[in-house]
Amino acid sequence: MNVIDLETRFQEKIDSDIRIEPRDWMPDNYRHTLIRQIGQHAHSEIVGMLPEGNWITRAPSLKRKVALLAKVQDEAGHGLYLYSAAETLGGDRDHMFEELHSGKAKYSSIFNYPTLTWADMGAIGWLVDGAAIQNQIPLCRCSYGPYARAMIRVCKEESFHQRQGFEIMTVLCAGTPIQKAMAQDALNRFWWPSLMMFGPPDAESTHTAQSKKWGIKRFTNDELRQRFVDMIAPQADHLGITIPDPDLKWNEETKQYDFGEIDWTEFWQVVKGHGPCNKDRIAARTKAWEEGAWVREAALAYAEKQQIHSTTKSKAV
Amino acid sequence: MEAKVKYLLHLADNPLILGQRLAEWCGHGPVLEQDIALTNTSLDLIGQARLLFQYIASLPGQDTNEDKLAMTRYENQYLNLLLTEQPNHNFGHTIARQFLYDAFNIIQYQALSEHPDEKLNGIAVKTLKEIKYHYRYSSEWVIRLGDGTEKSHQFMQEAFDELWRYTGELFTMAAYENELKEEGYALDVALLEPEWKNRVSSIATKAGLTIPADEVMMFGGKEGKHTEHMGYILTELQYMQRAYPEMNW
Repeated sequence: MNVIDLETRFQEKIDSDIRIEPRDWMPDNYRHTLIRQIGQHAHSEIVGMLPEGNWITRAPSLKRKVALLAKVQDEAGHGLYLYSAAETLGGDRDHMFEELHSGKAKYSSIFNYPTLTWADMGAIGWLVDGAAIQNQIPLCRCSYGPYARAMIRVCKEESFHQRQGFEIMTVLCAGTPIQKAMAQDALNRFWWPSLMMFGPPDAESTHTAQSKKWGIKRFTNDELRQRFVDMIAPQADHLGITIPDPDLKWNEETKQYDFGEIDWTEFWQVVKGHGPCNKDRIAARTKAWEEGAWVREAALAYAEKQQIHSTTKSKAV
Repeated sequence: MEAKVKYLLHLADNPLILGQRLAEWCGHGPVLEQDIALTNTSLDLIGQARLLFQYIASLPGQDTNEDKLAMTRYENQYLNLLLTEQPNHNFGHTIARQFLYDAFNIIQYQALSEHPDEKLNGIAVKTLKEIKYHYRYSSEWVIRLGDGTEKSHQFMQEAFDELWRYTGELFTMAAYENELKEEGYALDVALLEPEWKNRVSSIATKAGLTIPADEVMMFGGKEGKHTEHMGYILTELQYMQRAYPEMNW
């Protein structure tokens, strides 16, 4: 079969919702797009451990401490599934780490914002995990099998995290005035960055059309952003805190919320490495990786010794 | 009653403080799989501490709860072993600390799981299952790093050498333990030392590590006299309860 036939067959499979599996033929670009996207997603999980990890040792109660630890640990687990999914396409975990550390590979910009109070653990669960779910649920039907299957598991855990975050917010909002103010402040700081998590507006999004054709993307950035706003706005009302957007209001005609202009200058600034915590996040990841090098080398050396040992033993037998 | 509460606080503070220490690794481990493993251990330890704190809070005359106990006492009221509060340094140091603790704890909890106090006994049975897993994990890593590369061997040996002086305390009775020994409530920890030494030297031999000489030992944690590290642990552990007292979270 020539490449044109292969491509036609590949597209037919996608159009009829048949999953592409690791051993199937696929266009190089499809493979590279997925390695890039899954890698970015995996990096977001492990960089995302840092802002929340920042509060584990200071959590206000033992119950909250174990819940937060378990949550951040789930993120490490998501990172693992995703790196593994990228490996099925020929991606290499160590190489992907190098790209993260050098700044070549991106991760979700939201994790470049600092976590300043305990309420940020609530806001991140509620808003950031909420936005992540909007982005990720369609990926459970993504054309690439291993990615889609990883996402099913990830989404289950994310939805639990989101409920946990909302519950933190609920307790704060029903607490003392100081706690409620803490919740409001967290919403103020995380609202706009959360909207930016869906990426640039459709008119400026470079990857959307091709990704849609390949079944990697099912909805546009703006569609997903709108769904998110429609989900969160009534929840904020329920909590009794105010979304920091004077233009946010229900539109009776369109049956959805209108909302204000996003500051895309800030978005691009953070993407390009100039957010409040970009440098700290990469420095923390690089430090962990470099300081862990001797451990990984030792584990490898020990495993090799064991292998030689068992080979010699079996020869002796 | 006071001695019993102190003894239970000692048992609870060990996993609380070590769990807090291990939690510092979350997101910073040498490889994702071990990041997850250290977090698991931390989760188990804090879970163990919670069961014990909850038990203490349920005793007659104790007007308190697990969070007040864990997060609002003064430093000299914490009765954990000095070993548990030592800093993480590097992964090997963390593993060595964990191993020395697990090897002790597995023996201690085997004995506690036959304790006459039904409540403590129940907690110990559950805890022992977890400790067995922790011990397997930490001892395997001691061997892997001790017998890995020259560098990893050196790091492990240094960790053993530095931490050794905190192991004497494991087998030294605090006043409250002596008081409870007669009635069989507190274990006589001195009796646990020979088995601990056997376990530790057997793993050290496999790892090619030298057991340091028992020279100068440090004591005090069990009686509330801590190392300089403790204040900083509590600064983080207690931050929210101190800055925003009497609130629900």
